[in-house]
Amino acid sequence: MSKAIKKEAPLTMDVFTAGIWKENPVFVMMLGLCPVLAVTNSVENSLAMGAASIFVLVCSNALVSALRNFIPKQVRITTYIIIIATFVTLVDYIIQAISLDLYNKLGAFIQLIVVNCLILGRAEAYASKNSFGKSVISALGMGLGFTLALVMLGGVRELLGAGQLLGYQVFSLDFEPWVVMILPPGGFIVLGSWLLLINYIEQRKTGKLLANDMASHCNVSQN
Amino acid sequence: MTEPTDNKANEVPPLPSSFSLISTLGVVAMLSGFLVVLVYEYTKPIIAENQRLATERAIFKVLPKANSRLTFVIKGDDIQPADDKSKGELIYAGYDKDNNFVGIALNAAEQGYQDIVKLLYGYSPDTGCITGYDVLKSTETPGFGTKITTDKEFLANFNCLDAKVNLEQTALNNVIKTVRHGTKQNPWEIDAISGSTITSNAVGRMFNKSGQKLHPLIAKHLPTLKLAKQTSGDKHE
Repeated sequence: MSKAIKKEAPLTMDVFTAGIWKENPVFVMMLGLCPVLAVTNSVENSLAMGAASIFVLVCSNALVSALRNFIPKQVRITTYIIIIATFVTLVDYIIQAISLDLYNKLGAFIQLIVVNCLILGRAEAYASKNSFGKSVISALGMGLGFTLALVMLGGVRELLGAGQLLGYQVFSLDFEPWVVMILPPGGFIVLGSWLLLINYIEQRKTGKLLANDMASHCNVSQN
Repeated sequence: MTEPTDNKANEVPPLPSSFSLISTLGVVAMLSGFLVVLVYEYTKPIIAENQRLATERAIFKVLPKANSRLTFVIKGDDIQPADDKSKGELIYAGYDKDNNFVGIALNAAEQGYQDIVKLLYGYSPDTGCITGYDVLKSTETPGFGTKITTDKEFLANFNCLDAKVNLEQTALNNVIKTVRHGTKQNPWEIDAISGSTITSNAVGRMFNKSGQKLHPLIAKHLPTLKLAKQTSGDKHE
């Protein structure tokens, strides 16, 4: 294998933006769906879970990447789990120090970040193979993409399920809340609806690109 | 006979020694322990202060006439003065600005729909009424279980929920229980929230459990509780 092939790809804006949309962990890769469905019954919970996940994702990816040349392959998963569990414990204490109310609302889902496959997946698939800078930037993009998905679900569910956004009344008091939206089935309904919409937009975009390509090919052949 | 290959990519890398594996895990675990202890020590006083403030807020919410309070701990059949860091079941006696006893704040907990629901409730031994509560911990379903803090009809149950102690001071006069929405007939019954029956039942069960255990004890030690503020001065305020 030539050295040129082994050389790591440069750090570009794509490393950051891929996680937000093109490779969004929820809408494209379908990772970490347990907290996505469980805590998104309000925007506040979604933002808090998103922030906690970003912290754990960035810190664990940074440490995994920094130690990647020292961790033997045979114990890598155990090591990653220890690293992730450490940062989850830290975020658990930090949230308790910031707000007990928020901590009580999020319940066990903070501790369950340890088993979020998005975090372990990024450590194994990306941070263990890439430089420190790229791993941190990619983790930040992935974390923001995860938070964006949580807020998109939380926003719809809180709006339809309680007529509120971030606790502020949006619809009039006459609005009869769709209670199903803040129950577990509401999580599946809203996630399914977002996936339907996003895939529809993506397909239309791909269709348009194909049509443009065909049109330009026709023009070239006519000329 | 197999042909010798020079393709290094297909070679299996040598297995690292056990020492290397154990030392890697040891170093990572030590680093992990160091970080956890560092953050734990830093956040410990902040978390303790948050918990103290939350308890303080809840006590004065359920005992709105109180200006100061004293903490006591239950030791078997005895109630002894304590501080907020004491181990064991704590109860809080509230006093007005003239150091007159106004009521007791008690902890209660029971399994709800999602998880344990923890409340702090106000109890007036003189009238035998539970006079209100504040939710300390709840992860109940928003829009359903969370109604125990917002539903006006449900909260009206606790203007004076009958939790009187019997003459022998051994138990409650009547079992506190939650009844189906709209069927409440007695002052010791709790009218459930329609659609939130599990959480409503949990509230009824926890008040009955706590009442059966603590209210007779409080009745026995009521004179001590009433005079505690005047004898202790203001040091626990």
